Amino acid sequence: MSAFLRRLYFTAVALFLAAPIIVVAGVSVNEKQDLSFPPEGFSLSWYGQIFLDPGWRQALFASVVLALASAALAVAIALPLAWFLWRRIAPWANVFQILGLAPFILPPVITALGLLTFWATAGFYGQPWTAVISHAIFFVTLPLVTLSLGFASIDRALVEAASTMGADDRTVLKTVVLPLILPYLVSGYAFAFVLSLNEYIVAYMTVGFTMETLPIKIFNALRYGYTPTMASVSIFFVAIAALVFGLIARFGDIRRLLGALSSDGN
Amino acid sequence: MRRERPQSFADYTPLFFPGLMLVVFFVVPFSTMIAVSFFRRDPTGFYTRDFVFDNYARFLSTFFGGVLGFSLLLAIGVAICCVLIAFPFTYLLTQRPRRVQTLWLVGLLSVLSLSEVIIGFAWSTLLSRTAGITNLFVWLGLMEAPVALLPSVWAVLIGMVYQALPYTILVLYPALIRLDPTLLEAARTLGASPVRAFLNVVTPALRNTLVATVIMVFVFALGSYLLPQILGRPQHWTLSVLITDQAIYQSNMPFAAAMAVFLVLISLALVGLTLMIGRRENAT
Repeated sequence: MSAFLRRLYFTAVALFLAAPIIVVAGVSVNEKQDLSFPPEGFSLSWYGQIFLDPGWRQALFASVVLALASAALAVAIALPLAWFLWRRIAPWANVFQILGLAPFILPPVITALGLLTFWATAGFYGQPWTAVISHAIFFVTLPLVTLSLGFASIDRALVEAASTMGADDRTVLKTVVLPLILPYLVSGYAFAFVLSLNEYIVAYMTVGFTMETLPIKIFNALRYGYTPTMASVSIFFVAIAALVFGLIARFGDIRRLLGALSSDGN
Repeated sequence: MRRERPQSFADYTPLFFPGLMLVVFFVVPFSTMIAVSFFRRDPTGFYTRDFVFDNYARFLSTFFGGVLGFSLLLAIGVAICCVLIAFPFTYLLTQRPRRVQTLWLVGLLSVLSLSEVIIGFAWSTLLSRTAGITNLFVWLGLMEAPVALLPSVWAVLIGMVYQALPYTILVLYPALIRLDPTLLEAARTLGASPVRAFLNVVTPALRNTLVATVIMVFVFALGSYLLPQILGRPQHWTLSVLITDQAIYQSNMPFAAAMAVFLVLISLALVGLTLMIGRRENAT
């Protein structure tokens, strides 16, 4: 009885989470340019449009480049910081950790507006590279959290052993520490990448008038009515996210990343 | 390698780049925003330097009071709905085998990472007349003809619950998976049914976590900037939407900045409250 209720409850939550995606997937394969569900006819041409239509292709390209670059920059900021916090006793350095977590905890519109006023004042408003820095700062929290978890999981005895054998800091870092935290580094990068791909408000406030990322393009298109390409792009993005997180789960320990203590705890 | 204090100036070098980036591109923009909130609007450009309290004085209008009241009410509604759905769900999830948990976590992360634009678009489709859920009700014979369920405040609420639910589950997950299993075993040995054990043992044990989660989801919901715009009417706009609107479309950056400062203060106060609750939980 209780197993049945539990299954019912899980199904209800799953349905709630999946329903909008199912409907969007449905309308994305409509043959004509109508918004109708169940779909009339079947056509994958709207998926082709993402790559064939110059407007959508450019937006996709802009989004992917932005996500790749900003995630790399976010990791470049988070890695030395997380390493320092693990390696040294310097309580005041925690200030930087708080600064790294703040953009993610505060409502996004605040970071977005802060960066808008900053770039406008500095005179770089609208330059494409400002979006890369803005996203890197906005998402630095993710690699910072995964890397801090990674460092915390390192058995200090291993590092101790290496340095007793005569390895200096640099060698220890390269041969012991980096290989151990590599999975966490990759997950941090992947998290930042997927979120940057989907991010709207920061990109919009910094480069919205000079450059179109995919979310900006979808929103602009939405204001002028409906085109099925929005639906196909949305499904495309869901698929990318599911693929990336699926890979993290396959090759890493997603339960640990999300706060479960050990990989076998249950 | 033991953790040690930095011995020389050179030991600080790893901090240079992160510190510089965070200060220049987070602390400085943040301060710029606070400064701009005291500037005067310049309809032709961004702003003119000044030191006035006009932007803050506008808060005293009934219009602003209405927007603020609605934003807070909506966010608290979303937070309560999310925790009510997510708490039993997350509890049940942590009792499932690892594989099931992993599968759910991947799905939840995928939904959580979805752009607000996509969530807004998807729900506007699901609630629309032509492709929406009411077509299903018509087919089942529950309704005469399909209707549009938006724009409405319910559409905004549902969209925001959808956006915040994966977040709520992921916030609750660590607390529930670390829950001492002996607690539950004791309850079951003493003859409590699973439901009773959940209500009378698990829930009270996690009271503080639940309060902290409600606050965190509340702050998260306050940040929703597109859903009220896509799924609601102008009277359903929240503070976040209004900030975006003033900054971009009305080009009134100083007023937008003043509202943002206000939003920061609310959020910080609430986050501080969460930290205090968390500390008390750790102390006991």
